[in-house]
Amino acid sequence: MKKVLLNVWVLVFIMGVGYVHAKSRDYISIVGSSTVYPFATVVAETFGKTTKFKTPKIESTGSGGGHKLFGSGVGVQYPDITNSSRRIKKSEVEKAAANGINEIVEVKIGYDGIVIANSKKAALMDLSVKDLFLALAASVPNPDGTPTVVPNPYKTWKSINAKLPEIAVEVLGPPPTSGTRDAFVELVMDEGGKKFDFINAMEKTDKKQFKTICRTIREDGAYIEAGENDNLIVQKLEANPNALGIFGFSFLDQNIDKIQGSSIDGVQPVFEAIANGSYPVSRPLLFYVKKAHVDQIPGIREFLKEFTSEKAWGSEGYLTDKGLIPMSADERKKYYDIANNLIPLNPSDL
Amino acid sequence: MNNHTNNDNVTVRTIDLVQKGLARRYKSEKRFKMIGLCAIIFSLLCLAGLFVSISGSGYTAFLQTKIELDVFLDPSVLNPNNLSGADFHGLVKRSFYNMFPEVKDRREKKKLFSLLSSGATYDLTDFVKANPGKIGETILLWVPADDDVDMLIKGHMNRDLPESERRLDDVQVSWITRLEKQAKIEKKFNTTFFTAGDSREPELAGIWGATCGSFYTLFITLVLSFPIGVAAAVYLEEFARKNRFTDVIEVNINNLAAVPSIVFGLLGLAVFLNFLGLPRSSSLVGGLVLSLMTLPTIIIAGRAALKSVPPSIREAALGVGASKTQMVAHHVLPLAMPGILTGTIIGMARALGETAPLLMIGMVAFIVDIPAGFTDPSTVLPVQIFLWADSPERAFMEKTSAAIMVLLLFLVVMNSAAVFLRKKYEQRW
Repeated sequence: MKKVLLNVWVLVFIMGVGYVHAKSRDYISIVGSSTVYPFATVVAETFGKTTKFKTPKIESTGSGGGHKLFGSGVGVQYPDITNSSRRIKKSEVEKAAANGINEIVEVKIGYDGIVIANSKKAALMDLSVKDLFLALAASVPNPDGTPTVVPNPYKTWKSINAKLPEIAVEVLGPPPTSGTRDAFVELVMDEGGKKFDFINAMEKTDKKQFKTICRTIREDGAYIEAGENDNLIVQKLEANPNALGIFGFSFLDQNIDKIQGSSIDGVQPVFEAIANGSYPVSRPLLFYVKKAHVDQIPGIREFLKEFTSEKAWGSEGYLTDKGLIPMSADERKKYYDIANNLIPLNPSDL
Repeated sequence: MNNHTNNDNVTVRTIDLVQKGLARRYKSEKRFKMIGLCAIIFSLLCLAGLFVSISGSGYTAFLQTKIELDVFLDPSVLNPNNLSGADFHGLVKRSFYNMFPEVKDRREKKKLFSLLSSGATYDLTDFVKANPGKIGETILLWVPADDDVDMLIKGHMNRDLPESERRLDDVQVSWITRLEKQAKIEKKFNTTFFTAGDSREPELAGIWGATCGSFYTLFITLVLSFPIGVAAAVYLEEFARKNRFTDVIEVNINNLAAVPSIVFGLLGLAVFLNFLGLPRSSSLVGGLVLSLMTLPTIIIAGRAALKSVPPSIREAALGVGASKTQMVAHHVLPLAMPGILTGTIIGMARALGETAPLLMIGMVAFIVDIPAGFTDPSTVLPVQIFLWADSPERAFMEKTSAAIMVLLLFLVVMNSAAVFLRKKYEQRW
């Protein structure tokens, strides 16, 4: 028994050492955004079941974490594709280039709406980006009209806007590590801040101050960081009809019997409104492919083909069933060509 | 006499004193016992609450709604020599449309077909490949229904709500009602849940992939941490001199046992992935990281077990001329083994429930294929639970609870084994 144990132990050790000399990989490795994850995984699964290739492995690391791993180098130990709920940054492209990655293919797959929702038991809210800015920013323009900022004094929605109900401001949302939070501050808070002339002027004169005002969320308990788990937010909204929650459209889509999306600037977060761009809080979803890996790892070309096929990302495709908002036919055509001909991103476009 | 009376008085007074205080002391003893009992009852209630809420929401996942299809295995579609190229998807579609001949409109057809899971095609493919002789016949096949249908049948979706507030519209619900009347839709035992890997379709998702991953990971953990842990414990307890150096080691081991597990994940990322270049997301690396985490537990348990072997055994062995190695290998270690094994099993149970260190080494990933070896990408049970809990589809909620039930079952089995070993082989001196 002891001998067997010893042998097994030695065997495992040798195996471990054997793999130090990295062997080739026969499956695609994907990392990146947790927002793109539900869509990429469906494509990966379909790809794995309908082709002779293995199912790609997908890690949900967040957009930033994904770009970091993706940009660390060329070789089987590094991922082939990274998902992202924002465009790659110039600094990330430069870092990748420093590690020998010169050609990156950028593919947009569609859009995602960010919704501000509450329980069906409560009344539907009709919000504007300005209301949301005043409700959630740490410091807001002085209510007396002078162009100065004061710590956020608003306790109820009614005190912000007289046509809103008399209930306390209580919003459950993602923590700062989340891509949803990044997009939310960019699309709602920045836009809301710009509705005030002196803050709008600040964007040109003192960009840093502008960002501090618009992007600092209040910390007095009105905004509650509810973690990255959107299901949890949905459950909490059900239990507390006075609270609002911030999350991706697919969670609203799956729970329409329990929660409702507030209209923003008069537009309700429904599929068509996000697709045609009239709903103001939507962002592109993308993925990036390392061109150097394309013929090293089997199946990348075929995976791109599956992802960019009409039956996947088309307006009636299976990704829309999962809550993806498709691109227009023209845009789909453009990115289909980029993906299938592997046209690399031009860093000066960023 | 006077003296005696005096003495008597004193005795009486003492007894009085004792009796006076007795009721109070009994009371306080009773109170103390009650507090202890309350603590036990409270923790049992918490545990019962946990079990009831988890099994209450999870037991339905062991059943899966299936729809019966009459499929005519058309020889013009299925060429026995080239089955892989055959249009199974079209065959499933046609068979399902045949059950609802009145549905003609393209949009309606799409809505109808969405009641079936995409797994129906794979099931038919598997069936035909296993029974090529049946081509040309009409067969009855139970195929999985879509997760929304599953939720409706299981009562998680309310049929009385207005159409706009549920994921299936009135026409779809009427179709399902019709299938129910024809007894063509039924809840059956969900074998997929125990045999499949992960999937983004709740009705096709299973825990077998994660279970295999957990098995491989724990195997590596056991094979590495048990021999190293026992050797370290034996050396420290039986051979090492007690000096400042061994004190430092002891402090460090105790310290390591209390280090948050995520730190081991970071170490694994830096050493095993970045420096040694081992494959990311593999159970090999997962096992290595978890064995680092389990080692201190095993060493501490091992040392305690060795310490509890009385010195007389050692002295007797040495007295009849055994060498120190013989004394340890033939007498002390076998006697300490039940204690060491108990510690090991408890350490392994902890490793089984761990997710944080695995996050850093890429095991928190969507993996469909069942891992076939130590270097294949794999995930483990608690990570699977985490991933499902974060999925938007409602049907994943019951899968999450069901996976927790399976994980708890494994933990109960492992911990009972530890108690059993202790009861059975424990020596009392």
